[in-house]
Amino acid sequence: MATRILIPTPLRPYTDKKDAVDAEGRTVGELLADLTARHAGLKPHLYNEQGKLRSFVNVYVNDEDIRYLQKEQTPVADGDTISIIPSVAGGVEAAVDRELPALTNEEIKRYSRHLIMPEVGVDGQRKLKAAKVLCIGAGGLGSPVAMYLAAAGVGTLGIVDFDTVDFSNLQRQILHGTPDVGRSKLASAKDRLNAINPGVDIQTYETALSSQNALKLFEPYDVIVDGTDNFPTRYLVNDACVLLGKPNAYGSIFRFEGQASVFGAPNGPCYRCLYPEPPPPGLVPSCAEGGVLGVLPGVVGTIQAMEAIKLILGIGEPLIGRFLIFDALRMKFRELRLRKDPDCPVCGTHPTVRHLIDYEQFCGIRPAAPEPATVNSATDITAVELKQRLDRGDKLKLVDVREPNEYQICRIPGTVLIPLGDVPKRIGELDPNDEIVVHCKMGGRSAKAADFLRAQGYKKVLNLKGGILDWIDKVDPSQPKY
Amino acid sequence: MSNRAVTLTRDVELAIRAHGVETYPHECCGAMVGRDGVVTATVPLPNTTEEGPRRRFLVRPSDYRLAERRAGELGGELLGFYHSHPDHPARPSQYDLDHAWPTFAYVIVSVVRGQASDISVWFLKDDRTSFDEGTLQHGDQNPDSHTAQAVHR
Repeated sequence: MATRILIPTPLRPYTDKKDAVDAEGRTVGELLADLTARHAGLKPHLYNEQGKLRSFVNVYVNDEDIRYLQKEQTPVADGDTISIIPSVAGGVEAAVDRELPALTNEEIKRYSRHLIMPEVGVDGQRKLKAAKVLCIGAGGLGSPVAMYLAAAGVGTLGIVDFDTVDFSNLQRQILHGTPDVGRSKLASAKDRLNAINPGVDIQTYETALSSQNALKLFEPYDVIVDGTDNFPTRYLVNDACVLLGKPNAYGSIFRFEGQASVFGAPNGPCYRCLYPEPPPPGLVPSCAEGGVLGVLPGVVGTIQAMEAIKLILGIGEPLIGRFLIFDALRMKFRELRLRKDPDCPVCGTHPTVRHLIDYEQFCGIRPAAPEPATVNSATDITAVELKQRLDRGDKLKLVDVREPNEYQICRIPGTVLIPLGDVPKRIGELDPNDEIVVHCKMGGRSAKAADFLRAQGYKKVLNLKGGILDWIDKVDPSQPKY
Repeated sequence: MSNRAVTLTRDVELAIRAHGVETYPHECCGAMVGRDGVVTATVPLPNTTEEGPRRRFLVRPSDYRLAERRAGELGGELLGFYHSHPDHPARPSQYDLDHAWPTFAYVIVSVVRGQASDISVWFLKDDRTSFDEGTLQHGDQNPDSHTAQAVHR
């Protein structure tokens, strides 16, 4: 059974100039497959690289759009007329929507390697100069992002951070140097970026990003670059970008693995399309707990910077709808296809999240309670008390529940090392009648070990408050901290 | 540069520029009707994008059908579409490329601070990888001509 398909003007060169042709099939999908088999030139204009009908191709059965019927499974009956009807769309680039400034002679010299590439050129460089990019975080990811964007000539670079530079940052946060330890990260970043390119307007925001300030902070910017290290802020950045319609050049790092994508672009998926719910608190360790290879944020951050520049210039194929996973040990990049979820609570067709929410609560994290002034002497012991009791000769069993590589860095004399994960199987090494003091780096893991031991019937288990870091601060400053 | 060319009659070019100025700072869009590469009439269309008309335009399927019908009524064929780029150069964007149709002439007029400036024409390459800039010829320079207006009205 042959069915008539009406061909729109722009596709007629592929159907021997005919405005209607015949094809066979029982459904719209079969008909179109037969049509493109007969007229191969039609295929790239009707289907995308993934074999899906392009979004601006509309197919009508008689006068009904197949989107409201059974899509490509819509059955075709005798005498039906199929029409292919274009939606015609276009417009300027998403990212920068303002008048483009001219380049000075000095800038032409500085950016000459950009200017000689037709994909950038003078107009592209002027777009970069007009562009405003906001970097969330001046840490591992934020360092290469801000440095490369400043060097590339992005006109306005905003940075949000409220931290100070610590020695443990220097292994990867190349915005900051050894003399900057103790300074605010923003002051240090500003100096470094001004040295790279004094023509860039550096705007610093010394504040914690929150549901109260995010929309106002993001508003003036064209592209947001997410260099955060925790889930509440990640969801906050995502939702704020979607609500404001701003693209989010996303990156994250852990140990040897990195991820990157562009979320929140028009028609593109967002972080919640990928992860509708955050993981339970504590399941995914942070870099402070699990470590990170120092070069890794260099790789991932430069990908984010590259994507920001592509969005500004409107060139190439941005990482929209694609999720890049980088494995540094195997030196492999994998790519996952991401689809916009029509049921996404933020960017779907019927969003339920229409304003920013409490992200700490959403991620199951209780707001940090104020530090109790007194220590519960039944379950906790302070470093000073522990030292006094050891000096008195009290018989205490000291258990370090950190990992062996942490134990190598510093230790309390006389401890036995049983990493948290090994506690259940090595419980036989501990006598339930002994008074036991457990410790870790900061007190979190050892609290879990203490709870476990008490549940197993150990009566006298004390957790060292503040872990070995507090021990070093208060008792033994000769040891290194990490 | 493509060897393809399109000719805009003076009235058509003025109509496209005027439409861009009228909708500034939003984008305008419309269909171009004519024959043998000469655009003799425009069909201004509503911009129905939901993404913000400052930087996007969308012609609905129903308006596309209207444009083809109007082309038939005017005794011509649909040659392509025009749209404006408010405060942006008259060059196609990646977004234009992603949504382009073959064969059609895409005329872009840049409207800078409310004044129509550069105008150019683009054709999609057959492999969809990019646009070729076509030659835009300014036909019918005589402002007293009535033939183009007669078709246009």
